[in-house]
Amino acid sequence: MPDSTIDLPTKRAAKKSLIGQRIPKLDAPEKATGLARYLEDIKLPRMLYGKILFADRPHARIVDIDTSAAKKIRGVRAVLTAADIKLVPFGFGQDNTALKAERVTCIRDEVAAVAADSPEIAALAIRRIRVTYEDLPLVTSPEQAMADGAPVIHEKTQDNIPFRYDYEHGDIEKGIQESDAIVEDTFDLQRMAHCCLGTSGIIADFDAQGSLTLHSLTQVPFQYKHDIAPIVGVPPQKIRVIQPPIGGGFGSKLDIHPFEPICVFLARATARPVRLTFTRQEEFLATPTRQPMAIHMKSGAKKDGTLTFRDVRMTLDNGGRTSWGATTPWIMMRTFSSLYRVPHVRQHADVVYTNNIYACAFRGYGNPQATFALESQIELLAHKLGHDPLEMRLKNAHDSRETTAQGMFLRTCGLKECLRASADKAGWNEKRNPVPGKPVASPGEAQRVPWPSEAPPCDAPKSEGCHGQAERRPEEPTTSEGCHGQAKRRPEEPTTSKGWHGQAKRRHEEPTTSKGWHGQAKRRHEEPTTSDGWHGPTNRLVRGLGMASLFHVGGGAKIYRSDGCGTMLQIDDFGTVTVMTGASEIGQGSDAVIAQIVAEELGLPLKNIRIVNNDTDVTPWDVGVHASRTTFIAGNSALRAAREARRKLIEAAAAKLQRKPEELDLSDGNVIERATGQPVESLGKIIRGIHFGAKNALVMTSEYYEPPSSPPDKKDRGDISGAYAFGTHVAEVEVDLDTGLVKVLKICAAHDVGRVINQLGIEGQIEGGIAQGLGYGLTEDIQVDAGRVLNPSFTDYKLITTRDLPEMEFTFVETRDPAGPHGAKGFGESPLIPVAAAVANAVYNATGVRITELPLTPERVLQKLQEAQV
Amino acid sequence: MQETLETVPFSCVVNGEPVTLAVSPRATLLDALRDKLELTGSKYGCGEGECGACTVLLNGKPVNACLVLALECSGTDILTIEGLRENGNLHPLQQAFVDHGAIQCGFCSPGMIMAAYALLESNPTPTKQQIERSLEGNLCRCTGYRKIVDAVQSLADGVTSHA
Repeated sequence: MPDSTIDLPTKRAAKKSLIGQRIPKLDAPEKATGLARYLEDIKLPRMLYGKILFADRPHARIVDIDTSAAKKIRGVRAVLTAADIKLVPFGFGQDNTALKAERVTCIRDEVAAVAADSPEIAALAIRRIRVTYEDLPLVTSPEQAMADGAPVIHEKTQDNIPFRYDYEHGDIEKGIQESDAIVEDTFDLQRMAHCCLGTSGIIADFDAQGSLTLHSLTQVPFQYKHDIAPIVGVPPQKIRVIQPPIGGGFGSKLDIHPFEPICVFLARATARPVRLTFTRQEEFLATPTRQPMAIHMKSGAKKDGTLTFRDVRMTLDNGGRTSWGATTPWIMMRTFSSLYRVPHVRQHADVVYTNNIYACAFRGYGNPQATFALESQIELLAHKLGHDPLEMRLKNAHDSRETTAQGMFLRTCGLKECLRASADKAGWNEKRNPVPGKPVASPGEAQRVPWPSEAPPCDAPKSEGCHGQAERRPEEPTTSEGCHGQAKRRPEEPTTSKGWHGQAKRRHEEPTTSKGWHGQAKRRHEEPTTSDGWHGPTNRLVRGLGMASLFHVGGGAKIYRSDGCGTMLQIDDFGTVTVMTGASEIGQGSDAVIAQIVAEELGLPLKNIRIVNNDTDVTPWDVGVHASRTTFIAGNSALRAAREARRKLIEAAAAKLQRKPEELDLSDGNVIERATGQPVESLGKIIRGIHFGAKNALVMTSEYYEPPSSPPDKKDRGDISGAYAFGTHVAEVEVDLDTGLVKVLKICAAHDVGRVINQLGIEGQIEGGIAQGLGYGLTEDIQVDAGRVLNPSFTDYKLITTRDLPEMEFTFVETRDPAGPHGAKGFGESPLIPVAAAVANAVYNATGVRITELPLTPERVLQKLQEAQV
Repeated sequence: MQETLETVPFSCVVNGEPVTLAVSPRATLLDALRDKLELTGSKYGCGEGECGACTVLLNGKPVNACLVLALECSGTDILTIEGLRENGNLHPLQQAFVDHGAIQCGFCSPGMIMAAYALLESNPTPTKQQIERSLEGNLCRCTGYRKIVDAVQSLADGVTSHA
């Protein structure tokens, strides 16, 4: 074979490590051009469209379902109710079925389903189905559900409490006696929706032999295949799961959701492929949320700041069915026990059925809730004892090589470095108010005046404090920069930018305001207005700094007998490496990280690496994308598979060149001499030599990596993860005392990530995590009244937008975890976890008012300020 | 409620090519692009003009294709994400999104890129604040927006590659 076909560079360049570089996602060009084929873009021949009828009653007996009118519509191919399918219970609580037979226990319960020639016909048919219900007594809160004589929601759980979680170490009573200060609060946390930009969906497709192909958005393809098999009555060996690109995951695709088996039933009933996708309203109503819960926490410390005890009782609103979300206390207890050293810790959690919508996994898995409560109380204890909250945290922080009280071995722990780095970058000593709510007066900064008062008119926006205000008035020039910006928009101005090479032929004379159809009504939740139409600047803006840390798994969580991931690797005659990994790609960038690790090991350019990660017929087993495990576990798996391939290549080269293997290395597509760095043979020749030479072999390797973790014991202690992630965020906020508006000015985040593999990817994770965390802390709240969702749209459920971004500064603490690939730990969930807690602590520092509920909407903040007479 | 949906023909120019389509009177521009022309780059994210994932240019102006009836587009000039590439090469703005890590799950990317394209067409040197304002109507759940703003800014600054 001629060398010219080999896509390998032959020139020697200085060996530069790929680890830590800024590498774009491998699939980014497909996504940037609109060519990526998402689920909703896939059309199979003869494909039908599925749609579901949801109960829209929070608690009712199904008396009758009349599908006759729906069935008569031309183009309707199947109408199914529970009577048409075999009902197999599924879900973590085994309390769900694909369609509901006798009773609905929340508004999103699936009652009937249709497959039709078009989405319009399917929607019409759904509207023609008549269901007769008999309403049952409604249970709208855990308190009501736990009261004597409460209606029973599921017969097998007479007390409405399907799950309880207890954990304890030390002796709480002793901890109380040892304490010089004790604080006690109840924290009330809301529902948060994942809001994946792509809505949920699936395609089910049977072949002639009854094998089932599912085009699925699942984050856990192998578990999914195993779990869906009994529900749909297809053996797992006849199920293939193909994962198209997905429009966001964040934990929402960890469960099997009822719509998935429903689509399979529709495909079977029609003997045609069926695609079922949600509308945005269905997405809001019929996909689970983050767990709402009340956390009652009591904690104490000694005079010197040493933490003594933490006693936690939690009540989680499980909703009408059970999803994985019911297990979040299992992760939360680990933060309570191990974020800081606390000798005496007790947690009790009740997971309680109600007739509300239910909750599932969401990035952080209960940890943002736990961290909000815990870190709020650290701040309160510090204030009570007169300590700097930073010093108090440092005093109680773990070190590397320590085993926490719950048995988690911290091979590395960079918490102290994170605390110091984030505080330094935020100007902790200069900007923080030593006493919460008592800002230090400084020239140019806003002063507090007593409540209530008339808001004086706006002063010239010269102070920093007014800068944010100015930004909110796009129609008025506010700074010199803003003025120029306006002027430059004029169409008659020449647009000869050196940077913008837009297609002139498509230019239009009409100047676009770039608002156009976009963005109306986006800010209604957060911008209460005064009589003059906006909340004009007053001198009643106060600033504060708040800090919160996090502890999370950073290398999986051993909840199954294996927490491993498989990799198969092969190198073709052209030097292209195909890496088949079990690790799913959900937008987080595992493709680039795995490619980097393999390319680094084999001394090949990134473009030679192909990642196959979306087909269970091809890829080896993996637990799934959760527990911040992919970089750590899939990365280690890929690293080992690549190392084995490298060994084979070097051995073959050594044999051919009659050198010792240890004298050789791989770099830039060549075998090089280790001592001199000089290329001695092209890698392509070695690969083909193995294939077509005396050996007649292919370079193929495989690896199954199991992390060094172990399942917890009966007391829930144990080293459950391969690595543990730490981090600290410091938020700087400005609170408008007249309107309650909290503006986050800056977040300084420091994270112990072990080691940065992909700088671009890790920044993307942290920036996205902060935005989600700000949403959780400031604006996002699925409101449920009498079992019904009040705000199922982006109009009424406010996500953070480009306009809401604070300044951000990051520090990556590289502790080089000995178990991680190149020292890396998992990071996906971490950056969201401490954000809301840090912001709430900053609001406390600014105003002296402790708010124990989220989100911190202007309405809520104003009410709390008024109650506190600030 | 009509059970059989009649279709009505209309003509427009999409990505520089004249097309004639027959659509239901209720079909949106997004339906027409995705279902009739199989231009699936424009995404359905909400169907009510709140997320911006379906942003296309209608006579040079950015619109949410889910809010425009297809028949309203008779005689118009429409540019979608598929129309940005030239000769198979990524448009500099698309390349900037790739290079800056502005794409994660990528579902918002086509709409985001079209909104940014519209901004840069009307104002080739926007300030950071102007970029943020222009993209306010486009939701992204993955990236936290910073890399998106950076990508757009890089073109405003005359830097087309940052990798």
